[in-house]
Order: sequence, then C-alpha cells, then structure tokens
Amino acid sequence: MEHTLRQVFRSGKFVAGFSIFVAVLLIVFLYPLIVPHPPLEIISQGTFFPPGIYVDVYDSIGSTTHYTLNLDDAVAKRIASKLKEEDRLAMKEWLVAAGLSESEIDAADTQSLMDQWVNNYDPKTNIPGMTNARRNYYIRLNTSLDGILSTEGAIIAARNPDTGVLEEKRIIPQSEYVNVSEVANVRVLPLGTDNFGRDVLTELVKATTVSLQIGFVAGSIATLIGLALGLLAGYVGGLIDDAIMFFTNLFTVIPSFVLLILISFSIGQERRGAVTIAVVIGFTSWVWTARAVRSQVISLRNRDHVNLSKLSGHSIFHIILADILPYIASYVVMALILQISAGILTEAGLAILGLGPKTTLVPTLGLMMNWAMIYQAQILGKWWAYFPVIITIALIAFSLNLMNTGLDQVFNPTLRD
Amino acid sequence: MKGYRKYFLNKLGWFAVTFVCAFILNFILPRLMPGDPVAAIVARMAQGMSNARGVQAIYEQYTELFGTNKPMLQQFFIYVNNVFHGDFGFSFSQYPRTVADVLASSIWWTVGLQLPAILVGWLIGNFLGALAAYLKKGFDKVLMPASIFASSLPAFGMAVILLVVFGVTLEWLPTSGGYGYDLIPNFSWEFVWSVIVHYQMPFWSIVLITIGGQAIGMRSMAIYELNADYVKYSRFMGIKDRKIVRYVFRNAMLPQITGLALSIGTMVFGAIVAEIIFSYPGLGSTILTAVLGQDYPLISATMLIITLMVLITTFIIEILYGFIDPRIKAAQAED
Repeated sequence: MEHTLRQVFRSGKFVAGFSIFVAVLLIVFLYPLIVPHPPLEIISQGTFFPPGIYVDVYDSIGSTTHYTLNLDDAVAKRIASKLKEEDRLAMKEWLVAAGLSESEIDAADTQSLMDQWVNNYDPKTNIPGMTNARRNYYIRLNTSLDGILSTEGAIIAARNPDTGVLEEKRIIPQSEYVNVSEVANVRVLPLGTDNFGRDVLTELVKATTVSLQIGFVAGSIATLIGLALGLLAGYVGGLIDDAIMFFTNLFTVIPSFVLLILISFSIGQERRGAVTIAVVIGFTSWVWTARAVRSQVISLRNRDHVNLSKLSGHSIFHIILADILPYIASYVVMALILQISAGILTEAGLAILGLGPKTTLVPTLGLMMNWAMIYQAQILGKWWAYFPVIITIALIAFSLNLMNTGLDQVFNPTLRD
Repeated sequence: MKGYRKYFLNKLGWFAVTFVCAFILNFILPRLMPGDPVAAIVARMAQGMSNARGVQAIYEQYTELFGTNKPMLQQFFIYVNNVFHGDFGFSFSQYPRTVADVLASSIWWTVGLQLPAILVGWLIGNFLGALAAYLKKGFDKVLMPASIFASSLPAFGMAVILLVVFGVTLEWLPTSGGYGYDLIPNFSWEFVWSVIVHYQMPFWSIVLITIGGQAIGMRSMAIYELNADYVKYSRFMGIKDRKIVRYVFRNAMLPQITGLALSIGTMVFGAIVAEIIFSYPGLGSTILTAVLGQDYPLISATMLIITLMVLITTFIIEILYGFIDPRIKAAQAED
C-alpha cells in the first residue's frame, strides 16, 4: 500500500492534478473563515456591478483626517477619466461637421479643444445625417464635461435644522485624499456582483463547495452501485449475472442523460435539492463501473489464490474483500475520480437546461452559469458573472482528469512515457 | 456471413428491447411529476377570470383534450396508438401547437449540427492522438495536457468562450439563433449564407470538445498498439514505417469506434446544452422551454426522439463495426 502510494506520487501528472485539487479544496475551506458573509445575500441595488473596491462616499467625505497630496498628474488623470480618447474624436467630428476646419482642432490638447467646444457646441444645431441616438450622446457628453476644467473644490452643504436652508459646511479641495483604511465602510468585490446583486466571489466559493459535494455524492453512489453489481455479477455468475447484465446492457444503450432529464423533471422544481440531484446523477451513471468491474472480476475469479481461498472455506464476503477487491482497487479509485468529475459537469449541464437544484437555497456552479446565461451576461460583456464559473469547473475537472491519467500511467505501464 | 447475421439480429433485438423500455420510461416518469400540469395551464389561461364555474369548465375541456382524466393504463395505450400515427398530442406550453409540429421545426437543426460536428471532432481527435503517440516528445508533451484541458471544459464552457471571443468582442460571427432574426426560412442565397454563418460557433465548440477526449483515447490505444509484438516483428522484418503505422492506426481505431458508439449519448447531452448558449433553434432550446413550461408531452416526445436518434446512431456504428472487425463475426460464429 505504502509502496503504491509512493509510486503514485512520483507521477508528475498525478501530483499536478492532486495539487490543483487540494488548492481548490483549501480555498473552499479557508475562504468562508476569512470572509464570513452569507453567500446568497443580495447586497447591490442593481445588477452586475463590475469587480473592484467599493468605498462608501458618505464615509469618505465624513472621515476626520484630511490628507493633502500634491500630485502632478492628478489633473490629467481627472480629465482623462471624464474625457476619453473616443470622446475627443467624437467632439472633433462634431466640430468639423459644424463647420470648423479640421486643421484647427487638436484633439489631444484638452484646453483648446474645450474652448472650441464650449464656444461652438449647441445642442440645437442640426447636423445633417446624424441619428437621434448620436445627438443624445453629444448632449450627455456635454453635460459630463461641465466643470471638467474647474479648479474649485466641491462644496459640502447641510440643511440647517431650524431654517431648512442649505449651509456651506466645508469645501473639499481637489487635492484632498482619504486613506481607505480609515474609511468605515469599504467592501472589496473582487468579482463584482451578479444579476441578483450578490457578491460573485463569495457565491462562487459556496457554489464550488456544493458542486464538489454533489460530485462526491454522485460519484460515490455510482461507484458503490457499480462495484456491488459488478462484483455480484462477476463473482456469483449464473442467473444473477444474467439479470444484472440485462439491466446493465439496457442502461448502456439508453442514454443516461435522457433518464437523468426525465427523472429530474419528474421530481419537480420544489423537491429538487442539491442532494436529490446528486443522488439522481449517481443512480444514472453506474453502468460503466459495473461493466468494467464485472469483466475484471471474471478474469480474477479462477486465479489460484482465489481458488485456494475457496478451498480454505472462506466466506464469499471474505474472498471478495481480501482476494478480489485489492486487485481491482486501483481501477475503482480511477473510476471514482472520473465519476466525481462527470457528476460536477452533469449537474452544470442539468442546471443550464433549467433542471438544476431548487434555486433559492444554495448556489451551485451550474446554477450560477444558468443565471448568468438567463440574464445574458455573455452578451452584455459581464465576464465576471460567468468566466470564473467556467474556469472553476474546468480546473476541478482538469485536476481530476490529470490525477486519473497519472494513475492510469502508474497502473498500466505501457502508457508510461 | 452467417456469423454476421447472428451478430446483426442480436444487436437488433437488444435495441428493440431497449427502445421499448425507454418508451415506457418516457411515458411514466413525466407523469409521476407532483402537481397537476393541466391546472397550471388553466391557471395561466384563466388569469383574471373570477368565475369559478368558467375556470372549472376550461379545466375539464383541457383534461378531455389532453386525455389526463382517463386511467393511466388506458392513457398509455392511447399514447402508444397515437405515437405510431406520429401524433404526440398537444404541447402544453405552446398550445395550440402540437408536439410533432414543435419537434419537426427543431429536430433538423440539432441533427444537422451535431452529427457532422461529432464526426469531424472524432476524426480530427483520432488523427491528433495517433500523431501524438507516433511522434512522442514535443508534440505529445503539448497535445496531451491541452487535450486533457479541452476535454475537461464542459461543452457549454467552450461555447461561451467562443461566443464571447468571436461573437461579442471581435464581432465576426452572430451570437445567437440559427439564422438572422430578420429572415424567413427560404432557399435564397441570403438565407443559406446566414445559416452557414450562424452554424460556425456551435459547430466548432462541439468539435473542439470532442477532439480533446478522442485524442486522449486514441493516444493510449496507439501507444498500446505500437508496443505490440506484431509491430516489433514487422520492424525486424524490415517493413516500412509508413506501412506499420497504417496497421497500428487500423487496429487502434477499432476500440475508438466502439468508444464512439458508447459515448455518443454523453456527447449529445453536452452538445444539446451548448445549443442553449447560442439559442440555436434545436432540441436544446425545446427542452429548455418544455422544462420551464412544465410541458410533459413535449419533454416526453423530445426525450423519445433523442433516445431514438442515439439508438439509431449507436446501432449503425455497431453494425459497421461488425463489418470492419472480422473477430466479431468469428466470435459470433463460434457460439
């Protein structure tokens, strides 16, 4: 046993797969300890907030210490964030259309561009051939440019409780900064929020946990059923073998996903929990293991050591445990690994078909994918809602497949490099 | 030829039995669903109606129409009879369209997409796998991990990635549908071109996924064959490498053909899910609407059609396999 393990861990592929898998497991265990937010809490008002650090504006205005930093490029950055390259070109285009000569306009020189814009732009000017949407774009642009070159600070005003009149409290100069660590409310959303306004990263970690559980449950059930039926059919033989093989052949030919879809559909939305889905997946995917175990057991059945065991009067149970299982153990482990990965992928597929676990209780990787697709995250360019999910699914499946290939090479020496 | 006929009849018998079982399961399982789907439709139809007797009348009319008021066994025989006449009843969610009508408009999209895609993926995958086994070293070192990674990606994942890269970012290809939304199906050049353009991304997403899995399988098989005694013997005999490779390829191919027959069901599942990502007008979208609309006649019929498709494909592959591999005939003749 120890020798086998040492040999297994000498396989590069296995070790690589194993490390990825353990890393995923570690993240899944440690993350909830560090970030204790409930995974399905709806925090954002509105959908698909982009990833980033969210700083409470009210708190940062109200923070007690004021820092002044005199940075040379502050003004340039401020203008650049409001006036993008494409906006400059659009402004130039408008000005040219409005009759200025192209050589006069320098889109890179903010000051002169702004002067020309302020002097010439009039939302009422009708430019031939311009669509309404384009005209609205210019109106929006014009509004956002308002005050872009101003050097005045922003004024904070508060309502006087007695008179109800706004009174100036403070002027915030443009060079004032807050230290993020001194602001009371800062929320880091590394993967933004999803269509329901939930923190994607926290949800993803929870979903990975649930999907892994589904994979383990489905894989274990499938392997156990396959192993039991395979051993029974292979070792006992006779009528039992015929009966089991009839069923196995039947389920080999009926595509298992058809059964899976039919059963998941029949269970109904209400009773379809994560565990139920896992059990259903397990019960529809044992066929392969059963066939392979049976054929291996048949080849083992008449080996000398098994016959010797029979002659010594050991029970069937003992013979199976001590004389047969150890020989097929490596195969069973490999089958289990593949079943786990298949279980996770199957759940994801089902969820996209709308047959995933009930939606309100737990997230799974498939459900997250399903939600992102229903809300068209892929068309809207909200990559954070679906891409991390695909990567997670692929990483888990990849690590399990690598482990499997590594094991395959250890136990089937012909495949070694 | 006697052995082959036995092989053929044996396979045919198995497929018949399987089809009957699948048929019965198809009938029973959706009807075990909790809740009354007819009630759900009536509730949708009678929205805003306050007259209880009116609602009751609608309900009765629908149970009569769908035949859900009869005993289960009688329903089954009516169903069998109807199906043999090509009548799958009405679709609950798209009433008054019939199920046959819904399926007729979607099935050819799926067949036209998946059959070529899986075949092309299978061929390319096998070629690359054999090449990796033969060339070893550099090519193998790159292809192997890439194949494992590609086959780890779910088909819908590949679909989304292609969609975002080529559809949304580069805007080379349309992102959804089977043809332009402004077109009506006809045989004009414009429509055919639109279909071809919309075909690309679903097609390649299935092909790429299939390549990975097949390449891994073929590589193992080819490595196994390359180490076989007959290869060493041929080398000693001084037979040219090209000829040996042909032997190896043919022998390694055989298990891959069985592999295709066995995994075609899983592939179809993956491909159906991928169809949904592209809103392709095939069976994937049909299943989705059926699930959302709790439409069991539709889901039953869709599943039956898919089962039939997979069964026929598997059958054809196994029959061809019997032709290709003489050992099968020999084994059957011995019995």
